[in-house]
Amino acid sequence: MAVPASNVEETPADHVTDGRDARERPRPVLVIEPPKSRISLGLRELWEYRELSYFLAWRDIKVRYKQTALGASWAILQPVFAMVVFSLFFGKLGRIPSDGLPYPLWSFAALVPWTFFSQALMQSANSLVMNQGLLRKVYFPRLAIPIGTVLSAAVDLALAFVVLLGLMAFYHVGLTARSLWVIPFAGLAFVAALGTGLWLAAASVRYRDVRYVVPILVQFWLFATPIAYPATLLPERWRAVYALNPMTGVVEGFRWALLDANTRPGPMIVASTTAAFLILIGGVLYFRRTERTFADIV
Amino acid sequence: MGADVVIAAAGLGKRYQLGETPATDSFREALAATFSRSAITRAARALTRFGRRSDNGDDANTLWSLRDVSFDVVSGATLGIIGRNGAGKSTLLKILSRITPPTTGRARIVGRVGSLLEVGTGFHPDLTGRENIYLNGALLGMRRREIAQKFDEIVAFAEIARFLDTQVKHYSSGMYMRLAFSVAAHLEPDILVVDEVLAVGDVDFQRKCIGKMGRVADEGRTVLFVSHNMAAVRSLCRTAMVLDAGRIVRQGDPGTCIAYYVAQGFDEDASTWTRPSNARDSALAFMRVDSHVTGHQPSLALELDVVLEPRGRHKPAFIAVDILDGSGVGLMQALPRVDGFIRDDAGSQRTRIVIDLPPLIPGAYFVTLWAGSYFTETLDVAERVIRFEVHESPTPGRSMQHSAEQGHIVPPSTVTWEAIS
Repeated sequence: MAVPASNVEETPADHVTDGRDARERPRPVLVIEPPKSRISLGLRELWEYRELSYFLAWRDIKVRYKQTALGASWAILQPVFAMVVFSLFFGKLGRIPSDGLPYPLWSFAALVPWTFFSQALMQSANSLVMNQGLLRKVYFPRLAIPIGTVLSAAVDLALAFVVLLGLMAFYHVGLTARSLWVIPFAGLAFVAALGTGLWLAAASVRYRDVRYVVPILVQFWLFATPIAYPATLLPERWRAVYALNPMTGVVEGFRWALLDANTRPGPMIVASTTAAFLILIGGVLYFRRTERTFADIV
Repeated sequence: MGADVVIAAAGLGKRYQLGETPATDSFREALAATFSRSAITRAARALTRFGRRSDNGDDANTLWSLRDVSFDVVSGATLGIIGRNGAGKSTLLKILSRITPPTTGRARIVGRVGSLLEVGTGFHPDLTGRENIYLNGALLGMRRREIAQKFDEIVAFAEIARFLDTQVKHYSSGMYMRLAFSVAAHLEPDILVVDEVLAVGDVDFQRKCIGKMGRVADEGRTVLFVSHNMAAVRSLCRTAMVLDAGRIVRQGDPGTCIAYYVAQGFDEDASTWTRPSNARDSALAFMRVDSHVTGHQPSLALELDVVLEPRGRHKPAFIAVDILDGSGVGLMQALPRVDGFIRDDAGSQRTRIVIDLPPLIPGAYFVTLWAGSYFTETLDVAERVIRFEVHESPTPGRSMQHSAEQGHIVPPSTVTWEAIS
């Protein structure tokens, strides 16, 4: 039976009707073998355990703001504070153009998905090491941990988004049918965050260096994304390359969908989406390849 | 393969790399490779290598924690797995629970496996009992609906109904454990794998757990049970195997296996013991024990030099020393102090314990060391790691051999007599 390690298959029903098992459901047959070079994505099993990701996300949310005076307001305060700083230094002092929109609103529309992305990245990079007790003692699809972490960050995204809606109302920017596009753009941010998070999480099991790399990476990434400045500062022909950073597409997409900003995100979105999915697929493969040794080396 | 065989293991082996994994070196290597020309593929390989660097055979830095283990388990069996610390029991369970892959061999398992390898893993101290039941159930592969159905049963078994909405960090260790066991036992796995969960906990609870596992087996499901508690193995298991140094050395009827286990491996010098490198991790660990028996009967003393190493944070701890007879039955426990005198901020320390032995009959005795923060909170146990022998009779002038039938201790006694007129 050439089933790769950790693959579960259902037995044909006639194979298990030996009468000793009282219950009808077919018993899965599992073959445990040394790791092979062939890997599967294991998505089916992940689906079986889908509730686990929700529970882990729910646990993270419940625990995250325990014993903090301001509680969940932190989810809002982080992007708001960044918006204030950006507006003062880049908007007022730096006089950086903002596509003809009020700078605070314009930067906040980018900071909302960005805060989600950076938080998701930092937390998922640490997620396996934080849950090492589980890795060593319980079997479950390991992907559930970083997925749960990114999901929990998405809840903060939803909270911050409400503030963004308030800010839009304040500046008299109304919602249109086009605004619905933020949903796929938020999805794109999710894909980018999860993909990058998987790479970092799997690498951090072996290389604790990742812990120090991530803050630097996030800082660099912040300035490689048009958050404080518009993408139009770059010459047109460079923009597709620039958009290989998936967050470029997300940020430009948010502004285009919600604020009707003067950007034409077409080719950028294609580049960003392609990059995000490549990062995700690579991340899942790398994660699956390394996860067998997690319990031994974490 | 018979239709009834639910676990068929063939040639299972697990090799571990000893010592520090050279993570920083290889990270640097990986980086250096990235920046050197035409070496991106090498960097990728370094990043994905993950401890597979010495796949080419044995060297001094590897240890086979499990070697060439083959066995079959039929549906409805209760198999007890016994062996000393580091014999490979936990590694075997981890392989069967898919936590770690084997290095060699294969196992075919029919049915859903539910494993309880440590009490309360996955419990979050800040969540309530109710919340933890759902979280833990999900970790063990249960659906929310399934957990909801079993919820009342789980709570009733764990006897925590009153504390359901209390954060588990306020639970006693007994409650904590009851809840953890209860969730795992109600998973209704086809194969229940349990590792040493009864090491802590009161007698009533142990009996209850064994009863529950027995019922699981009666329903035609299979139980794999690792324990140092021979009484528990004897009462629960219908078959057993003894592991030693990663291999199966005895297999079959539990009585024979227990007798073998109790007697095994102590021919060599057992006055010192060093922690096996693959022993389970604990916040406070016994690293080394040296022992001497000094004095003459009837005032023998057992002197122990114990090296303890804190490996994580723990509450102040104290030590208990059990003395057992040659068949593993506990005779007495010495408790030099009951306040926590071992602190986690003190670093490794050598502890010297002197036990004045009561007058013991000649024979072999075992010593078990225990460290914990409370009587019910075990940090580490070094089970039967020291063996000592008493050669002299405690009764001067006795010529008849002593027999354990009359007990192991000859209490000092006096007699006076006078004629009654």
